[in-house]
Amino acid sequence: MTARDAILGRVRSSLGVKAGDQRRAAIAAERMAQHPETLVPDRAKQAGPALFAQFRALLEGQQAMVIEAGPAEAVPQAIARYLESIGETTGKPPAIRFGSDARLAAMPWRDVDWIDVRHGAAEPGDRVGLSHALAGISETGTLVIAAGRDNPVTLAFMPETHIIAVARETIVGSYEQALDLVRGAFGGSGMPRTLNYISGPSRTADIGGKIVIGAHGPRRLCVIVIG
Amino acid sequence: MHIETPLFKQNARSALQDPQLQRALGGLPGGLVAQRAAARDRLPEFERLRDAGRDLRNDTLAMLDVYLEMYERKATEAGATVHWAETAADARSIILDICKSAGARLVAKGKSMISEEIGLNAHLEASGLEVVETDLGEYILQIRGEVPSHIIAPAIHLTQEQVEADFRRTHTSLPEHRRLVEPAELVGEARQVLREKFLTAEVGITGANFLIAETGSSVIVTNEGNGDLTQSLARTHIVIASIDKVLATREDLATVLRLLARSATGQECTTYATLSTGPRRPGDVDGPIGYHVVLLDNGRAELLGSRFREVLRCIRCGACMNHCPVYNAVGGHAYGWVYPGPIGAVLTPALIGIAKGANLPNASTFCGRCEAVCPMKIPLPGLMRHWREAEFESGQQPARQRYALKAWAWLAARPRLYHVAMRFAAAALGAAGRSKGRFRWLPLAGGWTRHRDFAAPQGRTFQQLWVEHQRGVPQ
Ligand code: SF4
Repeated sequence: MTARDAILGRVRSSLGVKAGDQRRAAIAAERMAQHPETLVPDRAKQAGPALFAQFRALLEGQQAMVIEAGPAEAVPQAIARYLESIGETTGKPPAIRFGSDARLAAMPWRDVDWIDVRHGAAEPGDRVGLSHALAGISETGTLVIAAGRDNPVTLAFMPETHIIAVARETIVGSYEQALDLVRGAFGGSGMPRTLNYISGPSRTADIGGKIVIGAHGPRRLCVIVIG
Repeated sequence: MHIETPLFKQNARSALQDPQLQRALGGLPGGLVAQRAAARDRLPEFERLRDAGRDLRNDTLAMLDVYLEMYERKATEAGATVHWAETAADARSIILDICKSAGARLVAKGKSMISEEIGLNAHLEASGLEVVETDLGEYILQIRGEVPSHIIAPAIHLTQEQVEADFRRTHTSLPEHRRLVEPAELVGEARQVLREKFLTAEVGITGANFLIAETGSSVIVTNEGNGDLTQSLARTHIVIASIDKVLATREDLATVLRLLARSATGQECTTYATLSTGPRRPGDVDGPIGYHVVLLDNGRAELLGSRFREVLRCIRCGACMNHCPVYNAVGGHAYGWVYPGPIGAVLTPALIGIAKGANLPNASTFCGRCEAVCPMKIPLPGLMRHWREAEFESGQQPARQRYALKAWAWLAARPRLYHVAMRFAAAALGAAGRSKGRFRWLPLAGGWTRHRDFAAPQGRTFQQLWVEHQRGVPQ
């Protein structure tokens, strides 16, 4: 008997059930089809300005920066100003890197031609990574990134500074609403290789219990809201 | 991991006398308690979410075979290789084989309690592999040769000064007189040292906080980002997870995430929650080329059919130990095995046997705070009581204790006699202790009075007072 069969056999005997029980398979299939939400807190059910204000306040409370950039065309300029504000433009010209996301590629980077714009996965020495989020979640101040070729996952973890662009209309109240957007993009039970929920710069409290921002991941997180 | 649970009493005693440890324990768990309370108060639905969390975990456990098979199917469709391990030894050798065929020399590891449970590092190191813990707390423990003392804050028993000394001792290639005063400076140094390791490791091993049947995903929940670097930079990613980690849907994960960070640290959510589904896909420019999941049983399938089933709902948040007066006094190491605190008191005897684990369910005052805060509403004291019964039934307690318990049971099963005996005892002790109100020494109770006084009864039993109260006699 394989280990698999032995383990599943023990699970079934503990539960007092038999393999291939159609009724139980149907219950599971139904659950997948409905993927019911359990209990969505009221704070996740807000709309409009209140929803956005909560998104912003929670992210700021988690030591992230939130910038409302206006239209997509204004994003490169907004990023340039942000890089200046954190001192990335002193000394050698700043560089940022993003993947092959079409929304990012379509932005007018020539407006900031003094910034070195690179593409692909993060490399050691990269200081600023840029990703485009699939959604934002207001209830906890969270960005959802469907990582892959378009938005390489390493850009979110290797550079000291991570910038995430998010379209205002994709900022929703709850995790469940964000999952609807994931299903819209990847279908049914489809998933990107990595789905990242990110809610601030990296942190640790492992030394004497004191919170330090900037552990292994980015020291800074900047959220650029488009629209 | 080496089992020291039978030494609980000695270990607890030396922990109480360790000034360094007492200083480290002093502020920390208390801070977590206040932060959890604040987070709970900010979310009016928190208590109802605990019910919801309990129910959905119960539903999933009742269908565990179906969801495990579904998880395996979906993960395999996404390109994962799923392995099943009945025992710790099986899991160790599966993982070693994967490391060998990946040509690994250096293995980066994210935090994983299961890897502690199966003693993974020692096994890999015995075969010549270098294993580096990348969670900051775990890294500190590794260079000290220690094990975690808390399931989410593994180095909670250490002070900043101890960490500084360890870094100076081990990071010898760095300037000798560098500044290491602020916690941020220590963190910065560890970041620099470990970044090298992330970039050279051929294999990255992480645990999984959860597995999702619907999508075949493994989930890690972290604040440092080390788990994400571990799993995205190495050519091969190995996930080690026990079979009880399965959730049905991504919506279920949302509910559990609402409870996990708030219960653990009082955060609204952790900085990162990452769902990984299979290896690198065509066109991807990063991510692992091989993605393996090792599903470990190690006694859990049997636990599912026992009166301890409810412990399998645990999401390893650590709230029970943060709120435990025993844990707060002696720290995690005294418990002598992987899982400390109330969850350890229930889980450890199940995993290593009651013969070795019997001390732990006895190391509780039954104050009930653990159950009151557990996000999964696991009746921890009740389960500890089952273990005490099991210990009694197995006949392994010292003869004197067994006779005392038997005598007590005999008396307690005869209410009339019991009341008479108690009335007599209360009156006698009340009279004898009237002058001081307490005893500094009592026959047969030396174990108690050696450390504290015994309060003298007021002269009447609770039963007597209750009867009078019912009749309306003013007290
Ligand atoms: S038993 Fe409950 S409180 Fe303790 S770690 Fe598990 S989920 Fe958290």
